[in-house]
Amino acid sequence: MSQLDDVTSNDAEPMDGSKEAKTGLISSESKEIILQGLWKNNPGLVQLLGLCPLLAVSSTVINALGLAIATTAVLVLSNWIVSLVRHHVPKEIRIPIFVMIIASLVTCIELVMHAYTYDLYLSLGIFIPLIVTNCAIIGRAEAFASKNTPTLAALDGLMMGLGFSLVLLALGAIREVLGNGTLFHGAQALFGNLFGDITVHVFTTESTFLFAVLPPGAFVVMGFLIAVKNIMDKKA
Amino acid sequence: MKFALASSPFGRKMFKTPDLMRLVILCLLPGIFVQWYVFGWGNLIQIAIAGLFAVITEAVIVAIRQRPVLPTLRDNSALLTGVLLGISLPPYTPWWMTAIGIVFAILVAKHLYGGLGQNLFNPAMVAYVLLLISFPVHMTSWAPPEALMQNNVTLADAWSMITTGFSIDGYSLHQIKIAVDGTTMATPLDTLKTDLGHGLTTSESMAKPIFGTFAGYGTEWVSFAFLIGGLVLLKQKAIGWQIPVSFIAGLFLFALIGYLGDPDASASPLLHLFSGATMFAAFFILTDPVTASTTVRGRIIFGLLIALLTYVIRTWGGYPDAVAFAVILANMCVPLIDYYTQPVVYGSKKA
Repeated sequence: MSQLDDVTSNDAEPMDGSKEAKTGLISSESKEIILQGLWKNNPGLVQLLGLCPLLAVSSTVINALGLAIATTAVLVLSNWIVSLVRHHVPKEIRIPIFVMIIASLVTCIELVMHAYTYDLYLSLGIFIPLIVTNCAIIGRAEAFASKNTPTLAALDGLMMGLGFSLVLLALGAIREVLGNGTLFHGAQALFGNLFGDITVHVFTTESTFLFAVLPPGAFVVMGFLIAVKNIMDKKA
Repeated sequence: MKFALASSPFGRKMFKTPDLMRLVILCLLPGIFVQWYVFGWGNLIQIAIAGLFAVITEAVIVAIRQRPVLPTLRDNSALLTGVLLGISLPPYTPWWMTAIGIVFAILVAKHLYGGLGQNLFNPAMVAYVLLLISFPVHMTSWAPPEALMQNNVTLADAWSMITTGFSIDGYSLHQIKIAVDGTTMATPLDTLKTDLGHGLTTSESMAKPIFGTFAGYGTEWVSFAFLIGGLVLLKQKAIGWQIPVSFIAGLFLFALIGYLGDPDASASPLLHLFSGATMFAAFFILTDPVTASTTVRGRIIFGLLIALLTYVIRTWGGYPDAVAFAVILANMCVPLIDYYTQPVVYGSKKA
């Protein structure tokens, strides 16, 4: 749980109990949540949570997109529900209860994907049920949702989910281009025949660069993404 | 009066980095020469390409890091990495694969870790493993020794193969590889592994023309030449004896145990020692002063560990040779090995 403690001490404290007057369309509180989720405290690049699915399924953009949507949906709903029941949950057994909430949601998502996007369901395989174990989700439930109002918690879930999705998509795009020279290959698995085959051939080669598709390539590309973020933060 | 302070080891003769690297490259020459004699021009071109890209990459990165470019290049370490990779690659690897490998080695394996002296992994082996897992077909396409080949590959042919994929007469690598008797050939270790998988015995497999007197035809002499160069390196005290000796002795021992246990289904100890990368790696790869263990006992453990991993992967793994994987796995263990084998400082412990 030490990971969760770190996350808690990082960002949740200033949010707690602050009731600022709303100014304009977005309150400064919401702005902070958006910034935290997308950039400053990005689950993939800064917290380094949920790396297992992040690295495992990001070999193509479409796989990445499928998992990104599923994870974001679970994150929003779990944050919202956890926040709704936060006053009724005994503190001592809150983690098992959070896990049960998340597990039920993941089961729903899994059944939906099984029904509507069967090809994607097959290609993501074990990583759909494994969303339950994504530390980013339980981390947000514990660090944010259990201490904030449902609206803020849902917004936080959405932003953390989007932050996670962006990293997943960037990783997927880089690995697919390097590995196969294509983009959006196999879009039918996610969208059906809505768009047809929208594969973009960036370049063609007889010998594909397998390293980018294999797990070690994911780690290396991930390292570069984190490095780029750190450089940008340093310059800003 | 001013006394210059130098840190240990207080050797009688201090090697400066450029001299050491130059000596290593000189000691590689006999092996490179025999490799050229047996396999033709391919590896010389690979060495040139890898060396060139290594030096260019090093210069660019050093400039980006705002360090002095010329003094860094003059230490010859990037050139040595290029030479080591060029020797390791199959002779007719397309030039862009060599380039990807060496750029990755210098950029990721060396400079992202902090440059010379800071890298955790041996850059040449990182490049080799990167290429091996990325392009398994090309990286296992070793041409047989020239004497066994149907087509004569000239320097122009070799250059054309590497840059375009076809020889001057338009033969592909697959056609070039065809041997005198019309069959294609793999390396000795690969051939033996495939044959054993097909139910042949070791002696039946070793009757094939790819095998020579005691190991692979031609490759045994390449290994022998690297052994000679390595012994010179040892004589010059440029490397310690612990790593090569423990690695070679360890591999011999493990192979002997396997061979005595089942002589019909395992490679002989001599085949293990004089095939693949054994001799080349023992003296020139494992002994990298940066990535190898630094304590005396640690070096022996390091050598034995690589010997064990090499034997295990060669015998039961998916790849015919294993030295590169073994070196990288052992590199990871080096901090741990060094931690537990630190010599006790005299006087700090009661006898």
